[in-house]
Amino acid sequence: MSTAHEAANPLLEIKDLRVEFATRQGVATAINGVDLSLQRGRALGILGESGSGKSVTARTIMGLLDTPPAKVTGGQILLDGEDLLAVTPKRRRELNSASVAMVFQDALSALNPVHPVGRQIGELYRVHRGYSPAEAKKAAIQMMDRVRIPVAASRVNDYPHQFSGGMRQRIVIAMALALDPQLLIADEPTTALDVTVQAQILELLTEQQVENNMGLILITHDISVVREVTDQVAVMYAGRIVENGPTAQVLSEPAHPYTRGLASSVASEELKGQLLPAIPGSPPDLLNLPAGCAFAGRCHLANQQCATEVPELDEIAAQRHTACFNSQEVLAHA
Amino acid sequence: MLGYTVRRILQMIPVLLGATFIIYALTFLMPGDPISALTGERPLPEATVMQIRQAYHLDDPFFVQYGNYILGVFRGDFGIDFFGRPVLDLILERLPVTFALALTAWVLKLFIGLVIGVYGGLRRGQSGDHFALVFTVLFMGVPGFVIALGAQTYFGVHLGWVDPAGIRAGWPMAFILPALVMAFEAAAGLARLTRTSLVEVLRAEYLRTAKAKGLSPRRIIWGHALRNAMIPVVTYLGLSLAGMLGGAVIIEAIFNIPGIGGLMVSSINNKEGTIVVGIATLLVLVYLVFNLLVDLTYGLIDPRVRI
Repeated sequence: MSTAHEAANPLLEIKDLRVEFATRQGVATAINGVDLSLQRGRALGILGESGSGKSVTARTIMGLLDTPPAKVTGGQILLDGEDLLAVTPKRRRELNSASVAMVFQDALSALNPVHPVGRQIGELYRVHRGYSPAEAKKAAIQMMDRVRIPVAASRVNDYPHQFSGGMRQRIVIAMALALDPQLLIADEPTTALDVTVQAQILELLTEQQVENNMGLILITHDISVVREVTDQVAVMYAGRIVENGPTAQVLSEPAHPYTRGLASSVASEELKGQLLPAIPGSPPDLLNLPAGCAFAGRCHLANQQCATEVPELDEIAAQRHTACFNSQEVLAHA
Repeated sequence: MLGYTVRRILQMIPVLLGATFIIYALTFLMPGDPISALTGERPLPEATVMQIRQAYHLDDPFFVQYGNYILGVFRGDFGIDFFGRPVLDLILERLPVTFALALTAWVLKLFIGLVIGVYGGLRRGQSGDHFALVFTVLFMGVPGFVIALGAQTYFGVHLGWVDPAGIRAGWPMAFILPALVMAFEAAAGLARLTRTSLVEVLRAEYLRTAKAKGLSPRRIIWGHALRNAMIPVVTYLGLSLAGMLGGAVIIEAIFNIPGIGGLMVSSINNKEGTIVVGIATLLVLVYLVFNLLVDLTYGLIDPRVRI
């Protein structure tokens, strides 16, 4: 395999991304220097709790931030070498859906309630490829078939509210895949669904990602979803990546206390009958980030250095990085 | 759809009965005697008064009078006035004038309200939006008759652009000024509603989707935002057309327009209860029909409530 070539030309490369939000109370730092890279055909999970900056990262890649209040204050997002933060609005529109597409969390609110689903999918072909209405409709039916919506041809004129939750999410996926993007971002794609449907949707996403050699970024707070779908994982905390690496390794042998806390707070057979070990405390105030490590206040390993210095994301093993001064200690206790 | 329509029409009957009953009772309680109002200062001979009272069933108990009236209405007979003319003819003669005024005003209002509302909604927080807000608050705050009298004096008398009163100039010239006054009055509310609704829709998740699809801002606004923003507006618009027929009463009096409004005012002055009740009943009926039409057409714009 041409690993060296791929490493040199990643599909997506984010360098030192910084995003701030102007709020009434002051400036909130939502993304505080994020570096990420993703190869074609690979799946990357971004794991983190609410407010960690994972959804903001996704929206920044898609150009969907409301500016103001949001403001990108630094960094680059290179998609196939093209900086998405520097392109013209017109080029941005060309790239959206055609090169980078997004699957949203809540399909019901992500779909326009007053247009039939076929028209919403077909609109992509009409706008980006200049199809006629009839051609667009045909392509929409094919797309609905591809995401396995039963009797797609008879449902193409139905409205979003006439579908079940799982089917609606399939339609959102069909819309995202319609123009064969190189990169698909799925922001909590299964959070609004019940468990059996979740599994089907994840299966569909994985299958489409592999078949089309797409890059996939899966944003979630659910460790089991990350484990099931992704090759790599990046753990976010207070707008920074605190740990990344191959999914299986990171989750089984975490090198950052936060990752370890997340991994051990999942219910399992061994913990039956016991209280789930939760991470004490709550995330830091993004308006007023601490001087040192943002996790120090909740960390039992925190020392003087943690309180004053921000740990860099350092390589600790092949392909593995973590931003913790005590990572060796965390690894040793795993 | 058909079953629904029939059900709704049947539901109108009790509403219509209730409304006419209240109006009828109110006219019955109006102070003054209709017959002495007929002749003014000169009293009629006792025998003549008795004859008239008998002919018009004025001595029957209230419920008998109302019962007779309502039976007539359901046969299409709205009674006769003191000169023997059928009330229905009187109303139908003047109804087209009122309809012309109300419809003109409604269309103008639609245009003014939507333009201001959409403009404000799209430029939320900018100076144009603030200007629109001040403008609408101004028109909502000042009583309608003040604006009407002001416009009549300024444009009709001072500038002489249109006749200050009457409809000799015909449609549209005679109707423009009163219709504009009514339109601006009502456009303020429409503009506020449209703006709020659009602002709400612009925050919706499906507009984020539209942006993620790489659609142009124009396509996002026209193709995805406006139709959703119009959903609450349509209800309001339908009902406001009926409301405008009622609102025409005051404007017709000010601009001396011979519509049902003018007829209503003169009938109240002359204590001609039959005409007052007839007009009111008709307005209630129009209101109910528009209400039904709004509900039936609602599904066209919002598939979620399609019947």
